[in-house]
Amino acid sequence: MTRFLIRRAGTLMLTALALTFIVFYLTNMDARLETLAKTQGSARMSDAEVTSWLARNGYDRPLLERYGEWLGVVPGWVDTDAGGAMRGRCVALVDTAADAPRFCGIAQGYWGHSTRFNEAVGTVIATRLGATGWLMLWVMIVMVPSALTVGVLAGMREGSRTDRVLSTGAIVTTATPEYVSGVIFIAVFASSTVGLSPLLREWGWLDSPVLFQGNARSAMDQITVWNFTLPVMTIALYGMGYIARMTRASMAEVMTRQYIRTARLKGASFASIVLKHALRNALIAPFTVIMLQFPWLLNGVVIVEVLFSYPGFGWTLVEAAGNNDIELLLACAVVAVVVVLLTQLISDIGYVWLNPRIRIG
Amino acid sequence: MIEDLTWGGIAVGVAARLLPVWAAMAVIFAVSIVARRRLGLYGKLFDSKVGMIGFGIVLFWVLTALFADLIVTHDALSQISRMRNVAPGTALPSPDGRYPHYLLGGDSLARDVFSRMVMGAREVLKIAPAATLFAFMIGITLGLPAGYFGGRLDTGLTFLANLVLAFPVILLFYLLVTPEIVQAGIPTAMAAVLFLMPIVFLTLLLNARYFMQPVRRAVYIGAVMVVGLWMYAGLAFNADPLGVWGMSPNLLNVFVAVVFVNTPTVFRIVRGLTLDIQSRDYVAAAQTRGEGSWYIMLWEILPNARGPLIVDFCLRIGYTTILLGTLGFFGLGVSPESPDWGSTINDGRRLLTVYPHAALVPALSLMSLVLGLNLLADGLREESLRD
Repeated sequence: MTRFLIRRAGTLMLTALALTFIVFYLTNMDARLETLAKTQGSARMSDAEVTSWLARNGYDRPLLERYGEWLGVVPGWVDTDAGGAMRGRCVALVDTAADAPRFCGIAQGYWGHSTRFNEAVGTVIATRLGATGWLMLWVMIVMVPSALTVGVLAGMREGSRTDRVLSTGAIVTTATPEYVSGVIFIAVFASSTVGLSPLLREWGWLDSPVLFQGNARSAMDQITVWNFTLPVMTIALYGMGYIARMTRASMAEVMTRQYIRTARLKGASFASIVLKHALRNALIAPFTVIMLQFPWLLNGVVIVEVLFSYPGFGWTLVEAAGNNDIELLLACAVVAVVVVLLTQLISDIGYVWLNPRIRIG
Repeated sequence: MIEDLTWGGIAVGVAARLLPVWAAMAVIFAVSIVARRRLGLYGKLFDSKVGMIGFGIVLFWVLTALFADLIVTHDALSQISRMRNVAPGTALPSPDGRYPHYLLGGDSLARDVFSRMVMGAREVLKIAPAATLFAFMIGITLGLPAGYFGGRLDTGLTFLANLVLAFPVILLFYLLVTPEIVQAGIPTAMAAVLFLMPIVFLTLLLNARYFMQPVRRAVYIGAVMVVGLWMYAGLAFNADPLGVWGMSPNLLNVFVAVVFVNTPTVFRIVRGLTLDIQSRDYVAAAQTRGEGSWYIMLWEILPNARGPLIVDFCLRIGYTTILLGTLGFFGLGVSPESPDWGSTINDGRRLLTVYPHAALVPALSLMSLVLGLNLLADGLREESLRD
């Protein structure tokens, strides 16, 4: 087990290194840096001014050297400007230039400076991830129990009417990407001129102008049913169908097993067969699927946060990408790869833990 | 002055415009159902209700894309003044021989939503199946040897595939689908590598099959080489001497990005199937006969893996459609004017709470196409499991 974990940790490090280098390379291409200089300086810079801006801010040195600086294995750049004051990557971190450390990169715990938000990347990521965490938490609370219920109900009597209705519903939700369901939800629930809200107001069932809010920014201060229902529903719906289908398949398979027949023959009630004999065995496969669903949710989170203007991790990623905020993007990539690989690891370990027939060396 | 249409009138109007589609669908369904016993897996599809519904929906959109020029009521890009954001069924102020209504309303730039939906189907169906096919050819060409030979090749390719899969798709799109990247020539370089794979695949396929018949082999491979390299020059480098094949730099960028995102998953599926099938007796028999590795991979293993691959192909076209929509949703599409569904949803969402029709129409179209593909895949899976 320890060897397995060490090997996995090694893969994670290697993947993260390769991935961040690719992001670093793609964000540091000449045309991108020029765009960055123009957004940070002024839009009407001449080519010479762009070159000097890049030189002044340390972007003119070789790519590998700067990647090393970001990692914290190469000393940060230092320079003296026209007035004789020291400037440099690490100098901006401390009050007096002389105290500046030689190395400042992620190895030292410094994630860089966000040009878009003008804040330390670590702070930006931490607050945004916190916001996304709340969203994910509610998505999980809504999605997992309902998906499992649907899957178990559909799978316990394969081919029945309930099964067909629920399975079709599951297929429909997997065919509805977040940007489609989000748009439909907003049109139906969050519009004061069309959809349900005007109807409900006419009947006098609704006091507020809309049933649910189509903008989740206020959820940063306080999460309410009013502002959080639609984003949570939008993400949960897409993932739900997939988990439900997996649960159904797994449940249907378990229901054909010998021990279920034995339980039936000894006269156990159907409810007790489903709950006591089938359920636990049927949940092994969906567990893996739920864990592997996390990276997928990340995608949905980006779309939903942009659609509902909820400033979480996904929204930050899009802002960083749109403004070529190099260090913030790198941090986002690291977070994403860690999420993906950790969930893979947890799903593998959980699979073994739930299913004693499998052993890893 | 012409009256605005009621909802019933709109339904009749839309159905009438789609007449060529209904006619073609009726013919195809009638012929297929009559001849379904002689059509193999495709014919079996008509035994399952789910498969038939899925096939119907997909066929509807394919035919709509095909007959788009006959169906559209107005030009998808031109604007008519005073028709900005109008409700579905609104009459034109002065028709002058044009179609007298905006059947599904106008968008924020006073363009006809119905026509854009129809042309959007063409845009989407031009890219999604082709990109999926490319991803499959590349995934198969790399996945078969990875699973069959194993060892270092497998470790290396699997690491690369996992690397791409660990990338958040949207970050990848933001990094890859931009004007700066096009300027730097990265899509062309990627296309140069990726588009070579299908030619390699077909050459290996034919070489393995006709190895003992040198004349036939030379003819077939020669034909593949000539046609393949001709298309390769046109599609990857936009340098087709005859000007038949070509992609605009933006389209190439989108295409390459979508193929790139899809390939690792196909690779993993093919690799897994190869590992599974490799231990079968007929593979051992072929090895004992002294068949070459590529013959075994392409003519023994691959045909026996076709069931899951066909099902995944259908699902993956749907997934590619969703990806294309995602690109459009973030404004990274082919061009800002493009009527593809993702971009139209993105345009429409700004005024979503006031004029929802401009975003709802493409959203529901996209959903129905993906749903059709999923149902079709389900029907195929059911029918292929039956024998």
